[in-house]
Amino acid sequence: MTSVRAAARSALCRLLGMAVTLLVTSFLVFSSLYLAPGDPAAFLVRGRSPSPDELAAIRQQYGFNDPFPVRYWHWLDGVLHGDFGRSYLFHQSVASVLWSRLPATLLLVGVSTLMIAVVGVGAGIVGALRRGTRTGSAVLLMVTVGAAVPSFVAAIVLRSVLGVKLGWFPTIGNGTGFVDQLHHVVLPAIALSVTFMALVTRVTRSAMLDELRREHVEVALSRGMPRGAVIRRHVLRNALGPIVTVCGLLVSGMLVSTAIVETAFGMSGVGSLLVQCVDELDFQVVQAIVLLVVAAFVVVNTAVDLVYPLIDPRVRAAGGAR
Amino acid sequence: MPLLSYEDLSVLLPGMARPVLDGVSLSVAAGEAVALVGESGSGKSVTARAALGLLPPGATTAGQVTVDGCALIGADPATVRAVRTGKASMIFQDPRAAINPVRRIGDFLTEALRLVDGRGRAEAEARALDLLAAVGLPDPPRHLRQYPHQLSGGMLQRVMIAGALTADPRLLLCDEPTTALDVTTQAEIMAVLRALQQDRGLGLLLITHDLDLAAAGCDRIYVMYAGRIVETATAAELLATPRHPYTAGLLGSSPPLHGAPERLTPIPGVPMGLLESAPGCAFAARCRFARPGLCDQSPPELAPVGERLVACHLADSILSEVDR
Repeated sequence: MTSVRAAARSALCRLLGMAVTLLVTSFLVFSSLYLAPGDPAAFLVRGRSPSPDELAAIRQQYGFNDPFPVRYWHWLDGVLHGDFGRSYLFHQSVASVLWSRLPATLLLVGVSTLMIAVVGVGAGIVGALRRGTRTGSAVLLMVTVGAAVPSFVAAIVLRSVLGVKLGWFPTIGNGTGFVDQLHHVVLPAIALSVTFMALVTRVTRSAMLDELRREHVEVALSRGMPRGAVIRRHVLRNALGPIVTVCGLLVSGMLVSTAIVETAFGMSGVGSLLVQCVDELDFQVVQAIVLLVVAAFVVVNTAVDLVYPLIDPRVRAAGGAR
Repeated sequence: MPLLSYEDLSVLLPGMARPVLDGVSLSVAAGEAVALVGESGSGKSVTARAALGLLPPGATTAGQVTVDGCALIGADPATVRAVRTGKASMIFQDPRAAINPVRRIGDFLTEALRLVDGRGRAEAEARALDLLAAVGLPDPPRHLRQYPHQLSGGMLQRVMIAGALTADPRLLLCDEPTTALDVTTQAEIMAVLRALQQDRGLGLLLITHDLDLAAAGCDRIYVMYAGRIVETATAAELLATPRHPYTAGLLGSSPPLHGAPERLTPIPGVPMGLLESAPGCAFAARCRFARPGLCDQSPPELAPVGERLVACHLADSILSEVDR
């Protein structure tokens, strides 16, 4: 059972590495905003004209005068205790602001991920199996078009055609209740996932084509295995590695793109919150969101790394030998 | 009616100057071990694959291949499946490439039983355990749970053989089954194959480039050159007195197993590629006996010379001079 112990050890190493990555990024995130132009104290007193004394008092109160390491330490200490500070803009704790916005964004990303997994991977499989036919060429054309359409363009087209002209979907807002929310999230999810879907389709297609050429596929067919079973058990199964890797990268990348799509569809979510808080110099919220996005990246990629040995047992052997 | 028979099988690929296979006739009876010998590119693998209905994409064919009464050329998919799932199995050259690396050995051995025959997991695994023991693997229950990369090449080729036997075929097609293995393992694998073939009364078609290996393991030998059978005889006869210059050349270019090693005489030139063709005998350009005006005019037919068949214009006259 040494292999189990080796696997546990390598998983532990991954988790430690994940913690270190998060610590380093927290420092980068904090310091980059520290260096950013604009004075948060000036924002806090916006609309009024405070005396220099009042301004200094505010700076003192919010700790803007403390040296950088002290401020970082205070912030990190808070973050580690689940306290991301207070939002100047909303006069609430950052955590509660984020918490109220997170479900909408998670729904958006969730639906998009589902679309990518079903439509993107599905189209890739069809594209590989129907290569050289009209269907196969149609898939390739869709991939090229899809990859070339930025999400804000997709958003505008979807809103005007499916939303305004045909009236099938609402064009703005989040909706209330699960079904209504789902209805509201369809167009944003399509806009968000078009580019990513094209990418996943392309990766799936080429991974499938690679695997279709393998000798063991011909061998399985020569043993009288039904073609469908061979495609499922030997072609798609072996192509999963690149597909899962690219899906993992994209899911975390989608969090960033929600900023564009949520703004375009007037949705209230973490993405639109980020845009708003950058505009208003609400640094505490921006820091928390950026850290959240980085954490999502790290967590998803670590998850992919941990899943990989299940997909390809040869990786397990190499990991044990390391 | 032999178990496996090729009747005048020709296979043409688009854009090629000559057929991959040109009028191949060959037969294997039940319980008989037959070898098909030739250099790389001679068409021997294409021949073997045709017996499972596996033809190169875009190929046009003439002639027929029959396995246990099932004609394969132009057959419907159901007939092809029937041959693949119960009549004939193939053992491939490189087990590392032929077995899915990310699935367990047990999966490779049981998938056909479970998905094609619809047997239960327990029953299929019991059969797999029996077969792993039959091919001489030390620890069948453990091997079932192992992945291909955890076994050596020789062990994996035994797994491949076990996999070929799951469907209880009557015919084993072995496509260079020992070429990817080291020499000591080669002998073991051949011994396993030979024992299984005799115990179960299987027909066996061994594809190889090694005439000595063929002679050691098989009853009859066909020699193939550029898509044609050029000589066929019993193994003993062929090795003792090769009648076709190409067979003689093959023997002369491999070291003798007994006696003092002599200097090897390789066959001059290279095998004819698929983009070349010759109006006469395909071997004439490399043949030291070739007679201009005869050998380069028309291709020789396979004709009886004594007990055997030889495709050479000079088979009757000059070839009695050929010896090892």
